[in-house]
Amino acid sequence: MTSLDVGAALPRRKTEILPALTPFLVALVAVPLIGSFSTFLTLTAAGLAMGMMIFAMASGLTLVFGMMDVLNFGHGAFVALGAYIAALVLLPLANWTSAQSLALNLAAFALAVVAAALVCGAFGWIFERLIVKPVYGQHLRQILATIGGAIVAEQLLYAVFGPDQIPLPLPATFRGSFVFGEAAVEKYRLLATLVGLAVFGSEMLVLNRTKIGLLIRAGVENREMVEALGYRIDRLFVGVFMAGSALAGLGGAMMALYRGQVHASIGAEFLVLCFIVIIIGGLGSVGGSFVASILVALIANYAGFLAPKLALVSNILAMVVVLLWRPRGLYPVSGR
Amino acid sequence: MSGGLILEGVHTHIGRYHILQGVDFEAPAGKTTMLLGRNGAGKTTALRTIMGLWRASKGRIALGAKSIERLAASEVARLGVGYAPETMAVFSDLTVKENLALGARSGPLDDSRLAWIFGFFPPLRKFWLSRAGSLSGGQKQMLSIARAIVEPRELLLIDEPTKGLAPAIVGALIACFQEIKATGVTILLVEQNFRVANEVGDEVLVMDNGRIVHRGAMAGLAADEALQNRLLGLSLDSHQ
Repeated sequence: MTSLDVGAALPRRKTEILPALTPFLVALVAVPLIGSFSTFLTLTAAGLAMGMMIFAMASGLTLVFGMMDVLNFGHGAFVALGAYIAALVLLPLANWTSAQSLALNLAAFALAVVAAALVCGAFGWIFERLIVKPVYGQHLRQILATIGGAIVAEQLLYAVFGPDQIPLPLPATFRGSFVFGEAAVEKYRLLATLVGLAVFGSEMLVLNRTKIGLLIRAGVENREMVEALGYRIDRLFVGVFMAGSALAGLGGAMMALYRGQVHASIGAEFLVLCFIVIIIGGLGSVGGSFVASILVALIANYAGFLAPKLALVSNILAMVVVLLWRPRGLYPVSGR
Repeated sequence: MSGGLILEGVHTHIGRYHILQGVDFEAPAGKTTMLLGRNGAGKTTALRTIMGLWRASKGRIALGAKSIERLAASEVARLGVGYAPETMAVFSDLTVKENLALGARSGPLDDSRLAWIFGFFPPLRKFWLSRAGSLSGGQKQMLSIARAIVEPRELLLIDEPTKGLAPAIVGALIACFQEIKATGVTILLVEQNFRVANEVGDEVLVMDNGRIVHRGAMAGLAADEALQNRLLGLSLDSHQ
């Protein structure tokens, strides 16, 4: 650090607040429409948890797209793989997960999500080398190659694990709800929210407080100049792709536990949602994806309660409205 | 200090376009060589090819005794080559400090080096923690050049630094280049402003249609109005 860190700051970086407030504004609008505060609280807590899981999956995609300019339609395969890895870890640990011990349950959960992230990160390296690297800079081929890769990966999952859904019960102490007045908030949703916040905090810490993060942010904006400054952008690409895959795996593991079952189609199911989130958030923006994930999940929950028929299209409508307001997303990245 | 920069028969194709068509020149070590020419002559392509951002399809590029034409841009930069592109390419979402921190690849920012840079670019100190995207065009150009020199370099490639800038800022840039020259670094500077070229350059190269059509002392070109008109379609007087 240099001595110029002290006292020379004029003026400081300005951050737009309004886009970050959109989930709060949506919640404010929903309160009177829903009527019951306890129902609102339950829906909001569920939306936050869902938002955090979507964020874990989407933040990897936004980094990969933002920095590498790669349209990775294979991202969903890592979500599904993460879900299966979680099942592979948790099912043999039935003694831990069925015990009424918070420590054992947390240990099993941590092992599952960490294993899912590590395995998906490793497979991400293979996917990048075999499928993505040959089509850098060629969007149409990227789409075809990564969709092809995703289909192969999904079929491999079916071949290895079978076509049937695998039940994945929650660890014992994560089942049930906390009751606040008349509102019930599921324990696992709180845990998912905390994990999502930790993931977001870690990502922001890395992006804003480390040289690697600085390089990633710079690379999102101008890859060529990063390379002209002497940094091996290809290595950075591989690292970012592995991190993105690991995050998808982590999100897939959490989502599988949330649903209580594992199936290979979970990846394709959430891929569209991930794309909606990164478009709303601003391509390449992790902070934007965080806000967009919460926004999309809250809107889906509120719409599901207020107008169930609208719930199916609520995400698309949200995207249209946001893009009419801010055509490059909530937090657009310069140069994108 | 290593030897200078040498290009021998360098060709560059971009898609189906043949841009550099056998470029030969030497930029002597420790001197400032101006690369002049009309728009579309191939000056920017020459710089990008030297930097490794476009691959030479034929020919040799050497920095001192080392051939660099097959190296990636990151490897060229690691040999001590600083690059300030025509577009400036500052990272808009990063602060001035963060932009310079990326320029300092080998370690943390050096306070004495920064003080030297702030001597000719005071706005960078003032806006140290501001987003680069919020700077004016001239300030962005200062940042782009500062990032290229935030660590000592063997060779500096600078592409049209004064384009579109106010005269006062152009003056600051001239002062900056004089300071950098005094450190003995080799500079290859693409410039359209003949006054700047005359004040800064030791040697001059003129490009046309992807080839070097004139090489010599800058003072010689500045003194020969007929040659200026023939090569560049301008006279020094009209740009003073």
